[in-house]
Amino acid sequence: MPTFVRTEKCDGCKGQDKTACMYICPHDLMKLDKDGSETGHAMKAFNQEPEQCWECYSCVKICPQQAIECRHYADIVPLGGSVQPLRGTDSIMWTIKFRNGVMKRFKFPIRTTPEGSIDPYAGKPEADMSKIEDTGFFVTCNGYRAGNPSELICK
Amino acid sequence: MAGEFGNPEVVEESVDILLIGGGMACCGAAYELMRWLEAAKKDGHDLSVKLVDKAAMDRSGAVAQGLSAINTYIGTEQDPADYARMVSNDLMGITRDDLAYDLGRHVDESVHLFEEWGLPIWKTDENGERHDGSKGMTSLADGGKPVRSGKWQIMINGESYKWIVAEAAKKALGMENIEERIFIVKLINDKNDPNRIAGAVGFSVRENKVIVIKAKAILLAAGGCVNIFRPRSVGEGTGRAWYPVWNAGSTYSMAAEAGAELTLMENRFVPTRFKDGYGPVGAWFLLFKAKATNAFGEVYMDRNKEMLNDYPPYGAAAVPASCLRNHLMLKEMKEGRGPIYMDTVTALANLRKTLSPREVKHLEAEAWEDFLDMCVGQCGIWVGENIEPEKKNSELMPTEPYLLGSHSGCCGIWVSGPTDVGAPTEETEAGVPEHLPSGWNWGYRGMTTVNGLFTAGDGVGASGHKFSSGSHTEGRMAAKSMVKYCIDNKDLTPELDTSVEDLVAAVYQPVKTFLEYKDYTTAIDVNPNYITPKMLQFRLQKIMDEYVAGIATYYQTNAEMMKIAGEKIDMLKEDAKKMRAKDLHELLRAWENYHRILTAEAHLKHIEFRQESRYPGFYYRTDKNFVDEENWHCFVNSIYDKETQKFTCFKRAHKDLVDKSKLFK
Repeated sequence: MPTFVRTEKCDGCKGQDKTACMYICPHDLMKLDKDGSETGHAMKAFNQEPEQCWECYSCVKICPQQAIECRHYADIVPLGGSVQPLRGTDSIMWTIKFRNGVMKRFKFPIRTTPEGSIDPYAGKPEADMSKIEDTGFFVTCNGYRAGNPSELICK
Repeated sequence: MAGEFGNPEVVEESVDILLIGGGMACCGAAYELMRWLEAAKKDGHDLSVKLVDKAAMDRSGAVAQGLSAINTYIGTEQDPADYARMVSNDLMGITRDDLAYDLGRHVDESVHLFEEWGLPIWKTDENGERHDGSKGMTSLADGGKPVRSGKWQIMINGESYKWIVAEAAKKALGMENIEERIFIVKLINDKNDPNRIAGAVGFSVRENKVIVIKAKAILLAAGGCVNIFRPRSVGEGTGRAWYPVWNAGSTYSMAAEAGAELTLMENRFVPTRFKDGYGPVGAWFLLFKAKATNAFGEVYMDRNKEMLNDYPPYGAAAVPASCLRNHLMLKEMKEGRGPIYMDTVTALANLRKTLSPREVKHLEAEAWEDFLDMCVGQCGIWVGENIEPEKKNSELMPTEPYLLGSHSGCCGIWVSGPTDVGAPTEETEAGVPEHLPSGWNWGYRGMTTVNGLFTAGDGVGASGHKFSSGSHTEGRMAAKSMVKYCIDNKDLTPELDTSVEDLVAAVYQPVKTFLEYKDYTTAIDVNPNYITPKMLQFRLQKIMDEYVAGIATYYQTNAEMMKIAGEKIDMLKEDAKKMRAKDLHELLRAWENYHRILTAEAHLKHIEFRQESRYPGFYYRTDKNFVDEENWHCFVNSIYDKETQKFTCFKRAHKDLVDKSKLFK
C-alpha cells in the first residue's frame, strides 16, 4: 500500500526546507520536488520509492494537510478499498472503506497524557554510583522481579 | 562550509558515549544513561554523549508503526526463570539463560514507565471484562490487572507507543545530543588495540556531509535484518515485509567487521502470518481462540501432532517451539492440502455466543485494532478483498526468512552477561580463538567481545523473545555498563586505525563511482562500470532464496547448494565495491545493502557449519535433516576478519542455568 500525495492538498509544508512527511518517514521515502522536475508538481512531496513502502502510515498520520493516503499494493490487492486515519492528540479515528462499499469506523485511544508532557525524571531519585554494578536501574517502578533463588541451579 | 555531492563536508567529533540507532534499545539507553551521567559528574567524571539515528526517533525502529501488544511482561505471577525456560524451548534449547533471566527480572520496570508516560494498557476488571487503556483504571505498577493475550503478552492501545517512548528519551538526552538522519556505516577500531572500539563513521542523508565520531563506548543497536531473502511479493509489495523493511543488518555487519563475535547467526525467524499483509496472528490464536486449518478444515496441529515426537524434548512442551509449529503446517502445504486458513469465522461465532451486543461491538473493534495499531497493510488486504473476519476466513502463510534477535529469533552478537546467576566462567569446547573471552561474562553487561562496543535489542544474540519492552530494558542495562566502562577507562584516548581521509573516501565511494561513469551510457541504470543498489539487492535475494533455504525451496538447502551460494556471494561482495549512488537516498540504500550482504554471508556460513537442522520449519538441511542433541546442543559462534573478509565459525558449549525439565512435567 504505497502512500501517495494528493496534488491539490499538498502545500509542500509552506515552502519550508523539509516537509513533515520527509521528516518522519522511517525509510527516507518522501521527497519534496522543489522545482517540479521530478513529478511536474513543484513544491509538492512524493513517495520516491513506493516499492519500499512499509505502509507504516507515519507520513499519512503526520501530514498537516491530510494530503497523504494509501493505494494498496497494486501487485497484491484489488482496487477500491481505503483505510484512512485521523490522528489527534489522544486518539485516532479510522475510516475503513471496503471495495464493495462496506464502511466501518473505529476510534482508539493512543495516549493518556498530553503530548509533550513527559517529564522523564520528575519525582525520580538520582542514581546512586555505589550501585552501578548491581542489578536494577537507577529508579524502581515496582517492576523488579527478583525471582526465586532456588530456580538458579548453577549458582 | 557546505559540502557538495562529489565533495562532502567532513565533520569530526569526539564523545565518550555514542548511541547508534534510535529504536527501543537506544531510547532505553538514553533514559537510563542521563541519570548515571549526572551521578558520575558529581564524582568528577564529566562524560559526553551523542545519539545518531538514520531516521527520526518519533517513528524509527521496529516499533515505528505502533504495536497492539507488549509481548514481554512477566507480572507478579511468574518467575524470571519461567521466562528463561520459555525462551529456551521456543528456540530449540540453545539460548543464554543468563541473558534471558536477567532480562526477565528487569523488563517490567520499563513497561511500568511506559504506562506512566502515557501508553494506554488494557485492563481486566473484577468481572473479567476487558477495558481499553484510556479508562483510568489502576496502573500495572499499582497492581492493575493487564489483559493477557498469552502467558507473556499484554494488550495495549499502541499506535503511539514509539512516539511516547521517544519523547521520554529525547527529553532525557536533550535534543542538543541527538542528530537524526545520520546513517553510521562503519565502526572504527583503535589504532593501538585492534580489539577495542575507537569510533564510527557515517553520513547525513539530508546534506552532503560525512561524520567521523570518536567514542570510548558505543552502543550499536540498529535492528535486525530484512530483505536478504527474496520476498513473496516482489512488486510494490516488496515493502510489505513482516519486520520493518529499514532493518538492514547494520548491527550484525558493522559489529562483525569490527571483530565482534557473533552467535547463532544460523537462526532465523519465519513467522506464519496472514497472507500478503503479514498481519499479526497472536491475538487471533490467543485472545480470540481461533484455530488454523488446512483446506479441508482440519487443524494441522492436531492432525500432525505425532511429528512433534521427532524432536524431543522441544516438541513435548505445552507450547511447542515456533519452528515446529511451522513444521507441522508445511507438511500440509507440501502435500497439497493448502491453503492454510485462520478460522476467524468460527472463532468469532463462538465468542458471540456468550457476549452481549455491546461486547460483540467491542470485540470487532479489538480485532481491527490489532491490525490498525501495528500492521495497517493487513487491513488494506481485507478491504481490497472484501474480507470481514466474521464472514470470511483469511489465509495464513509462512513468510520469507528474517534475521533478528529480539523477536522469536536469537541470532546476534555474543555479549557479556550478568555475574550473579551461575553462568559459566570457562569454555569447555575446543577451537575458540584465543583472544576471545572464555566464560559468559567479562565485566560489562551487554558488551561485545570488542572492548567498548555494546549492543542491545536485536543485537544481542542467544536470547530471543525480548520484543519491544525487553529491547528498551536491554538498552538501559547497557547504558549503566557503558558509564562504568568509561569511568574505568578514564585515561583512554581513542585513536582511529584508519585516516579520516580514507574513511570519507570509502563512505562516498558509490557517489564517486557514479559521477565518474554516469555519462558512459545513455541509460542511467544500465552501465558496465557500476551496479545499482537495487539490482545488488535482487541478486542477493535470488542467491539466498534459491540456495540458502528460502521460500523457493520450501526452506531447504544442503552442503552443495551452500557451496554454490558461497561462491556467488564472494562475487557479490566484490561487485558491492562497484555500487553506485546517484543521490544521498541511493547512498543510504547502497550501504544498507552492503550490510545485508555480510549478514547474509554470516547466516550462510553458520548453517553450513552446523551439521544438523536445528530449526525444522525455519530451515532444513536435507543432507542433515535431524536435530543432533549429542553433538550440536551448542552455540555456533563466529568472527569475521575484515582483512581476509572471511568468517571463521566455532562451537561454544551450552549450559542450562535453570531447570528445563519443568517444561515437560
